Formats: sequence, C-alpha cells, structure tokens
Amino acid sequence: MKLTNRLALQPHSFLQPFKGSVTTLIIGAGHAGLAMSRCLTQRSIDHVVLERGKVANSWRTERWDSLRLLTPNWKNRLPGYCYQGDKPNDFMTTPEFVQFIQHYAETISAPVHDGVTVTAVDAIENGYRVTTNVGQWQCRSLVVASGAFNIPNVPSVSKAIPTSIETLTTHQYRNPTQLEEGGVLVVGGSATGLQLAEEIQRSGREVTLSIGEHVRMPRHYRGRDIFCWMSDTGILREHYTSFDDVNRVRKLPSPQLVGTPEHSTINLNKLRASGVKIVGRFCGINNSGSNSSGLNKCEAQFSGSLNNICKMADLKMNRLLDSIDTWIEDEGITTGIDQPERFEPTIIDKSPTLSLDLANGKIKTVIWATGYRPDYSWLNLPVLNRKGLLNHDGGVVNAPGLYTIGLPFMRTRQSGFIGGVSDDAHYLSDHLASYLATSFKPSLYATS
Amino acid sequence: MNSYTKIVDNGVNVDALLGAREQLTDAPQAAQFTWRATCDWVKGTHSRSEVEGFFGLGEEQKHKTSFCFDADHPEIFASEDHGVTPVEYVLVGLASCLTAGIASVAQNRNIQLHSVKATLEGNMDIQGILGIDSDVRNGFDGIKVVYDIKADATQDEIDGIIAQSQKRSAVYDIIANPSNITVETR
Repeated sequence: MKLTNRLALQPHSFLQPFKGSVTTLIIGAGHAGLAMSRCLTQRSIDHVVLERGKVANSWRTERWDSLRLLTPNWKNRLPGYCYQGDKPNDFMTTPEFVQFIQHYAETISAPVHDGVTVTAVDAIENGYRVTTNVGQWQCRSLVVASGAFNIPNVPSVSKAIPTSIETLTTHQYRNPTQLEEGGVLVVGGSATGLQLAEEIQRSGREVTLSIGEHVRMPRHYRGRDIFCWMSDTGILREHYTSFDDVNRVRKLPSPQLVGTPEHSTINLNKLRASGVKIVGRFCGINNSGSNSSGLNKCEAQFSGSLNNICKMADLKMNRLLDSIDTWIEDEGITTGIDQPERFEPTIIDKSPTLSLDLANGKIKTVIWATGYRPDYSWLNLPVLNRKGLLNHDGGVVNAPGLYTIGLPFMRTRQSGFIGGVSDDAHYLSDHLASYLATSFKPSLYATS
Repeated sequence: MNSYTKIVDNGVNVDALLGAREQLTDAPQAAQFTWRATCDWVKGTHSRSEVEGFFGLGEEQKHKTSFCFDADHPEIFASEDHGVTPVEYVLVGLASCLTAGIASVAQNRNIQLHSVKATLEGNMDIQGILGIDSDVRNGFDGIKVVYDIKADATQDEIDGIIAQSQKRSAVYDIIANPSNITVETR
C-alpha cells in the first residue's frame, strides 16, 4: 500500500524554511535509523532520515582509537545487508564499521539528509513538526533513532576533583598518548572501563580501576565465540516482556568483552595480573581536612562492596554458562565443541583499597567510563519519565505514531547490539504501517 | 512426569513487597522514609535508646510497641556492662538486615529455607578509639559475615540469594559507603 503524502499543511514558522512534509521522519542515520529506513522503503512508506553529522556520526567522532565492535562480523546483520568479507569471526575497527554503515546507507538508498541537527519536535494536528538548523519538516509518524549514548554520565562529585587532575569522558579519550605520565583512575566496570584500563596500564601508566555492578563474560566458551552460543540458544532473543524487571536490565553496563584480532578475553583477573589496581564503586570525594603532607585533603572514596559485586558477576556468568551447557545437552550436540569449563572466580585483594589520595600528585588523570544517557532536550512531548528517559513499550512510545529504536534491551536482549536492531526494525515498521493505515483514513485526506 | 507447584513459605509476604514496589514506583514521594531513635544517657558509659515512631508512606507511623536498647561497655573497659557495645549493635543491624533480605529473596525465588545462621566478626584495633595512633581508624578494619544456610537449593542458588541480599541491604550500604552525618545541639 502506498501511503501518499497528503498531510494537510500545518501553519509553520515563517522564520524557518519549510523543508517538506513526509509520512515518516527518522532522527539519526546510525545503524538503527538506517535499518528502520530500509524497512519503511520495503513498505513504500515515504520518509526522510535526518542526521546531525554524516552517516554513523557518533562512530566517526565519539569513539576511542582502539575500539572494535564487541560482536563478531557475522552477527552484524541489518535488514537487507550483512557482512560480506572473508573474516566473519573477526571484529570491525571503528573506521571499518563507519564504512560498513556508509555502504549500507548507499546500498539501501536511504534518504539521508546530512548535517541536519534537530532542535525541536512538537506535536501538531495529525503528526509532528520537526525543527532543525536548516528548516522545518512535518511528519505523521516519527522514529527517534538518535541513540542511547549521547551524553556521557559524569558523577556530580567530579566537581570536587582538584583542577590539577585532568578529567576526561570516554567521548574525549582517544588513546594513552594524550594522557600525562602518571597515575590514572578509570571509573567504570563496563567493556569500556576495562578496555581503557588495559591499554592505559600497558602504556606504562599505573591504573586504578573503580568498578560497580558489572557483567562478566568470556569471549570464548567451548570453542566458540560467546555470541554464537547466545544466538543459537535464543538468549539474545529473549523478549523484554519476559524480564522480571526490564528497567533494571536496561541499565546494565555492557558485558566485559573486547573485540581483538586475537579474540582475547578481557576480565578483572587479567587486569589485576597486569598491575591494575581494582577498587570498589566510586562513591564520593572526601575533601575535609588535610592529608598527611599537610595539603588540602582530597580523597576518592570507594565502596566496600567490591567482594559482593564480583561474586554476583561470577554467579551470573556461571548461570549463563549453565544455560548454554543445558542447551547443548538438550540439542544432543557432541562433536565440534569443547568440554564445559568454569573460569577462575574473580580475585580481589584481601582488603581492597577504600580510598585514593587525589591531592598527592600521583593521579594525573581521571577517566569517567560511567555510561551514557540519551539527549532528548529537543523533544517537546510528554513522553519522558522522571529520569529523562523515553517511556516506551518495546519501542512503541505512548504518543501517536512515535517510535524509538536502537536502545539497549528495547525489545530483546540484543536490541542494543548492531545486528539486534533487525528484528526490532521489522516489528516497529509493521506497527508503524498499521498505525498509518488505521489512523489516517484515505477519505480524510482525499483531495479534490 | 508429575508436575506440581512447589509451595514455599519462609514467612515473607513477597506479594505485598512487590505490590508496594510497584505502587511506590508511581508515587516516589511516598517512598520517602525517616527512621528515628532517641538515646538517654543513664550513667557512665551506659545509655538507653528507644525506638518507636518513624515516618513513611506520607505520614507518621508507629511500631506496635516501643523498643528499648541498653548499650554499655564490658568490665574490661572499666564499665558496668549493662548492655552490648554500640559496635556490636552495628553487627546486629547488619546481620538482621542481611538475614531479612535472605528470607525475602529466597521467598521471591521460590526457595524453601530450613535454617539460616549468620556469624559476624568485626575486627578493631582499639588504638584508634583510645587515640594512641592517629593512623589507626576508630571503626572496624573490616566485617566478616559467615552464613550457614540449609535450604532446598544448590550452593550456587544459596550464594545468589546471599549476594542479592547484600545488594538490596540498607545496613550493608550504610556500612560499605560513606554517609554524611551532622551532629548538633539544641
């Protein structure tokens, strides 16, 4: 069904050039926005994709140098597109991934408008008005695909850190050479925190890594990449309605994985063996009084819960491995795989350090790898919860014709991974098409 | 194969807890609680604390009765030992908080408990409180809790319950993480 674009023109600001009226407008030309674009094209729904920079902008501008995808190449399937190189089991570098997405946009002829920054979205009769730096669009339905990683989270206590210490977010960090020689405190126990701690320690700087709740995962298990097992067992397709507490799950840090040419595993034990000092969750700064050298005291404080945090991650990893073993047994797979194994529990110091002197000059840099939050400051619709996150039911936002895509655990466990948006884009474009079909009776829009 | 519903009863009304959780998610204001205690000096190092009222769910609340707690120090501290030491109350608070959590988590995970016993130790170098060495802290060097649990569950399941109980424990958090304390006079 071709839904022609006969939306009655709404009054719009004369200060803003009117760019056009489309059935659907997608904000963001990353993998998720493009996957949605492809699905809409398949359904002959006319649309545009607005992109503040170039396709895959955040991958071009907000990633550190050594980053590779956590998912193997074969896993990064998008609607109508998949990896076609000769290394399906390897991990793309950031430039390779940018090229991959760029090529996808070209392959599917996505109607991308580059260099268009959305500054406001307002509800109008029968749709939305989207204001940008170049003009206004109108649409009946809107897909927010601007990503979950727009703004790095920085704890408010960061303001108490002495100005002699440089603080960086993961959007600013590129590689160890940009850091002053000396100690580095990396805060965060996600894939990012561990990867940065590893390469900075390797550069000769002494790293202290502060970790809260985290997700431990081996790169390989029983002779295959962990994503093979999580895909085959259906774990990655676990539906968001089946989680006990989807909001908790959506806040989980990314699993402690790294994509390297060697397919190596990264974990706290390896970091500890390489000299990284592992401490508990960063929970405050004590700057009352003076330290033993008579200087103004400034002490980072770490939670005493490190033992339990690590124990929980080990238990959860073992539950994942148990479920993989059970699946293998149920399927009767006996050849081509290795024996089950259980990995060494996370080792922590007998009395992990509870504080770190930031005033004695040993720590030169603090890196916040404390996660991100999306930026919806331009979204003038009553669809955000008190934490500033979109209220949505599996990507369907509680406003007519409004959708989101590309958020972690949005519809399934894999929604936040590149290839995970495929199923979501198919589902949401179906939903969107039926919304258009039922909400806009052709007679209402019949022209003379 | 027989299928039956396992009936687990650890005496915790999990449905009520989950219901409260759901309601308070929508009404975060009602989730604001204030816990209170009063303490009267008796004599020497002996004091008597009382707990009765608290604030929560938007209004003043009361325990079914008021509870009294004598605290003192043992005779080797030249005291009369009218009650346990304050630091032992901290151990009591931690133990009872974690144990309540274990019962609730086990109930929620459909695991029948038969017995739960915690043994706690807090090591302390009293050179700190006596002001002998300013490099020694006043409080515990660390606290060790050992659980002995009999339940219809695997060791990993029991470990999982204990871990979750720590994750959700108020007293565990109060001890493991810094809190601001203000002490004033009227």
